[in-house]
Amino acid sequence: MNSTTDQGRVNDEGFLQGVKDCVPTLLSYLSIGFAAGVVGQTAGLSAMEIALMSLLLYAGSAQFIAAGMIAVQSPASAIIMTILFVNLRHLLMSAALSPYFKQLSPMRNMMIGSLLTDETFGVAINKAMRSHSIGERWMHGLNVTAYANWLIANLAGAFFGQWITDPQRYGLDFALTAMFIGLLVTALISRSKLLLNITVAVSAAFIAIAFYSLGMGSFGIIMATIVASTIGLVIEKWKYA
Amino acid sequence: MEVRLDILLIIVGTAIVTFIPRVVPLIVLSRIRIPDWGMRWLGYVPISIMAALIGQELFTHDGELQFVAGNLKLFAAIPTLIAAIWTKSLLVTVITGIVSMMLLRLFL
Repeated sequence: MNSTTDQGRVNDEGFLQGVKDCVPTLLSYLSIGFAAGVVGQTAGLSAMEIALMSLLLYAGSAQFIAAGMIAVQSPASAIIMTILFVNLRHLLMSAALSPYFKQLSPMRNMMIGSLLTDETFGVAINKAMRSHSIGERWMHGLNVTAYANWLIANLAGAFFGQWITDPQRYGLDFALTAMFIGLLVTALISRSKLLLNITVAVSAAFIAIAFYSLGMGSFGIIMATIVASTIGLVIEKWKYA
Repeated sequence: MEVRLDILLIIVGTAIVTFIPRVVPLIVLSRIRIPDWGMRWLGYVPISIMAALIGQELFTHDGELQFVAGNLKLFAAIPTLIAAIWTKSLLVTVITGIVSMMLLRLFL
């Protein structure tokens, strides 16, 4: 009995399984990476620069913003500060993953964190909610697949960008939102106290939109996450304790 | 195929400020014991982040707020949500979303 569960767990957490679990995100990743490549190309970046950006920066929304700011010749300092801010939300995702990698050395944790994105985080945390653990190899499988796909998508966008002027026409711009809806629904289903978790989600969305309307989109994501998670914790203590 | 120095500086700079928040919590928090309430709080983080991202995606258009009227993304989200609840498959959900959006743009 014990050995079969152990066996199942080992298979479930291997590198190849991580690759497989990344597959459902590839389509939305491909379309958004393609769009990032197109935007980079229109901003006047060379294919080599786009490739470097996708490999080093490796973040969808940040690449759009960086390309946009380069196009209007913003100073480097302003671009770097903006991207720092846009990507601060990774702090929270990295923190949420940390309990699952307690046994690893700092170096190995760094390897895992360096390829952290909204998408891989969503997939990894969903797995954690189902099986209460995340394998290191599984995480690498997920990360590397997403990373390779991202580079290919960016380069394809840079290459075909000169002919495709309107990627929105094919509904591909909605792929990312659809993927997050899928990830959120799976996360909600896997947690107990459904009503409480829906309350947290709705609060987060509302706060994020409110901040956006004040011109603070990225900061809004961070604030929404902090406030809504606290709301969840408070209601939990007050109603269920 | 050239890489300009100023662009390289921007890429490396943005990469560094992105790398640090990605790795520091994983390195630091995995070394210390997080109290129970901290773990519970972190448990709400994924749902909050995803809901916040979806909220901003659905209710904004070209940098402006957009509520119900003429909001194609909101309409496309309905079949997408149903597909997600019904099939629990990420791939089916994404395809449903793309097709819904395409059809909405074709017919509206």
